[in-house]
Amino acid sequence: MSPILFWIFAALMLGFGAATIINRNPVASALSLVVSFLGLAALFFSLDAYFIGVIQILVYAGAVMVLFLFIIMLLDLKAEQSRQISLPVLLGGAAVAGLFVTQIVMVIRCYPAGSQPFPALAEKFNDAANIGTMLFGNYNLPFQVIGVLILVASIGVVVLSKRELK
Amino acid sequence: MVTLNDYLLVSGLLFALGFAGVLLRRNVLIIFMALELMLNAANLSLVAFSRFNVTGGLPNYNGQMLVFFIITVAAAEVAVGLAIIVALYRARQTTNVEDLNSLKF
Repeated sequence: MSPILFWIFAALMLGFGAATIINRNPVASALSLVVSFLGLAALFFSLDAYFIGVIQILVYAGAVMVLFLFIIMLLDLKAEQSRQISLPVLLGGAAVAGLFVTQIVMVIRCYPAGSQPFPALAEKFNDAANIGTMLFGNYNLPFQVIGVLILVASIGVVVLSKRELK
Repeated sequence: MVTLNDYLLVSGLLFALGFAGVLLRRNVLIIFMALELMLNAANLSLVAFSRFNVTGGLPNYNGQMLVFFIITVAAAEVAVGLAIIVALYRARQTTNVEDLNSLKF
């Protein structure tokens, strides 16, 4: 992928990610998050992870965000009237996040191997087939466990949504 | 030329954004969205490392498998978390974390 496209999609992802936490209206936040996830999916495509990019769009930008919008509209949330962010909280949040970014930059500077170009891939390779082979081969047990986890989660959601717990 | 370090930097910035969102916002739903941002930042660095470790012309698929499992667990987590938020709203009629302090000592 050309660097221009990479930086465009990275800026899209970060810009709309920032819009998610800046917007007062929860619906606008959720829609910004969708665009941010789409930018992230484009970055996955640029890393030749086509399958992961597709499920990023299907699961995150599709299913998860529809769930978020559904709950926001169900609860009928209004935009926050006035923002009373106390100064210590603002400074603390910005400082911790800034420190984290500084740390990342320092680590990256000490890692010269990371500034090499990405190694070349084979001319043709079947991404989805390789992932499927691994999923049903090496990772079969975790895959089954995930199935049980999703079953438990869906039962749990039904129980939690009941009006009265018995 | 885009390198691994660029991807790691972008991923770190996204994580910091999500982290700042969790600390700064007061609406439970927005905090939950910021959590999703942090999960996705981790996914981006995992996929970048997977693409960086090429053996035999193929990326290291172990990283992508981990991302697959993270996405699946995150979907389940969102469903349960939103159900909890709905139950919370039903009990308290608010999603503001500053009003949800009955466990405070």
